[in-house]
Amino acid sequence: MMKPLAIRNFSLVTSLGAGRAASIAALRAGTSGLAPCTSDLLPFFTHTGEVPGLEDNPITGALAGFDCRNNRLALMALEQDGFLDSVAAARARYGAARIGVFAGTSTSGLRQTEQAYRNRDAAGALPKNFDYDRTHNTYSVARLVRSVCGLSGPAFVVSTACAATAKVYASAARFIAAGICDAAIVGGADTLCATTLNGFFALGVMAEEPCRPYDANRRGISIGEAAGFFLLERPGPRDGEETVFFSGAGESADAYHMSSPHPEGEGAKLAMERALAAAGLEPGEIDYINLHGTATKMGDSAEDHAVFSLFGDATPCSSSKGFAGHTLGASGAVEAAFCALAIQHGFVPGSPHTRELDSTLRSQYVIQGRPARIDVAMSNSFGFGGSNCSLLFRRAA
Amino acid sequence: MRVYLEGIGLCGPGLDGWAASLPILAGAQDYIEGPTRVPVSTLLPPNERRRAVQTVKIALAVGAESFAGAGRDPAQTASVFASSGGDGETIDEIMKVLASANRELSPTRFHNSVHNASSGYWGIANGAQAPSSSLCCHDGSFAAGFLEAAVQALTEQRTVVLIAYDVCYPAPLSLARPIGGAFGVALVLSPEYLDSALACLEWRLDPESAASVMAAPGLEALRKKIPAARCLPLLAVLAKAAAAEVTLEYLDDLALTLEVTPLTGGAA
Repeated sequence: MMKPLAIRNFSLVTSLGAGRAASIAALRAGTSGLAPCTSDLLPFFTHTGEVPGLEDNPITGALAGFDCRNNRLALMALEQDGFLDSVAAARARYGAARIGVFAGTSTSGLRQTEQAYRNRDAAGALPKNFDYDRTHNTYSVARLVRSVCGLSGPAFVVSTACAATAKVYASAARFIAAGICDAAIVGGADTLCATTLNGFFALGVMAEEPCRPYDANRRGISIGEAAGFFLLERPGPRDGEETVFFSGAGESADAYHMSSPHPEGEGAKLAMERALAAAGLEPGEIDYINLHGTATKMGDSAEDHAVFSLFGDATPCSSSKGFAGHTLGASGAVEAAFCALAIQHGFVPGSPHTRELDSTLRSQYVIQGRPARIDVAMSNSFGFGGSNCSLLFRRAA
Repeated sequence: MRVYLEGIGLCGPGLDGWAASLPILAGAQDYIEGPTRVPVSTLLPPNERRRAVQTVKIALAVGAESFAGAGRDPAQTASVFASSGGDGETIDEIMKVLASANRELSPTRFHNSVHNASSGYWGIANGAQAPSSSLCCHDGSFAAGFLEAAVQALTEQRTVVLIAYDVCYPAPLSLARPIGGAFGVALVLSPEYLDSALACLEWRLDPESAASVMAAPGLEALRKKIPAARCLPLLAVLAKAAAAEVTLEYLDDLALTLEVTPLTGGAA
């Protein structure tokens, strides 16, 4: 059993807007952030969940070397919702060396390298100002967070494709349980780039229209970009009515295929079972499941198999991909935030763009969001390489 | 905090497996830098073996070697993969295609570009559904991977294999990020003592100490030029089979210090 951790504060930026309030409003109203992609990154038509304003907000000053779209987005998220103030308070309580940084990303600043390759000189060299270490390197986002927050504890980046920012929760919980940290920042960022857009197109899983999770006529994914961060610490006197606990993580590997899920969702089921065991909860105690639900034919079907085998059709569930798109390496953090908001503000999020449910899928899928008391929520994240992670969140009281 | 080391795998320039490298690392035999010879892994079916990229081949080879003496089942063992940058050839190829007029990517190239590609192939090859993570911490990736693996062993009370590796980027990325060769290392770490254990590792985060260096200039050069080879001082202590303390590079302001106590499993 895992000892629960309190989410002291959290922040996020998605195509729905910057900060928690924008997400709450959109999740309640069923507003989607997906729009036709106007970028010149790709030679085909699709919808994306793009975050506006990143082009006009370079990172300057002492941190200028970090400047790239992924780090701009990460920094924007850190600056929302009083997050940096909460970190400063935790630093005062515990000391800078006692706070860990466990960030996730799949794209990192790869978009910067794409641009550098387009701007190679006649001899084939990359531009002189290209800063691999602080933009492209997968660790750069954790390094940025550690610098911005003035921390000197352990840090690393987890990069397990679309499960990355879910698995960081498990790492943080272990480091706190081991007594190495008193608090941890978890989360991460992922940005739209040519590699992922063209890569998923090559795999034939990109929809032209906004993605329609669990729809009978779903045609694939819409890619989004996002960043989100959480400050975790042991429960204590600072917990209030609105505090949400992170109460368990379950990790598994499919051991099946590099880019396709196990057809019966075997790995997904294992991850959910392990999360329930870690939190000491029974399936019947879960009030809402935020599905991975990317809107591919196979992915949704595999996850439905797994969810139905554990929960039957008794538990409301939905995918948030119709809201903010599939934010890949950031999806774990985004959907953890959506679960926390559902608990705090009392609603089951719906599924924009999903119109007609696939009748072969058997879980209790919620298309139209509704007010509801949520005490315990589960969030699923599954990635390439068969990397699976389920997280559980619950009301503190 | 303590973990027991149960198995080692190694593959680097002029370092052909743990057993063959023992006298070199112990200082009894000169180090001669040579190519990194990756043993052909029989873990993957032939068609997958052909398509596998260099990082995957190295990871699978050192991983398999580390289990040979460990008496553990890789299918039931959690894994932590650590690399400073993933597969260089794959990234370079994708960047070149995307910068060209024809931006058509190969789906296989794309899935091989994810940082956790080795973890995925390891799971498929071994039928391992146990938890598996893939980390990056720039030059400190080995230490970060060790921390994650050792903390998992301690808090989850399970055996964990750490597999750390790095390969070179081709030009032009190699100028922005020079990595001086291909290197892989694997350690099977357990929270419980077994008679077969090779060593006891008492470890701590250390903001004071500087990283230990290698006595032999060739090995010291290797340590510096490949991030995964930052583990060499630990391997040297293990090879000498005498109790010693060693500090490995992690972050600018934080190192990883290990007190190594050899155990009888190493003499067997």
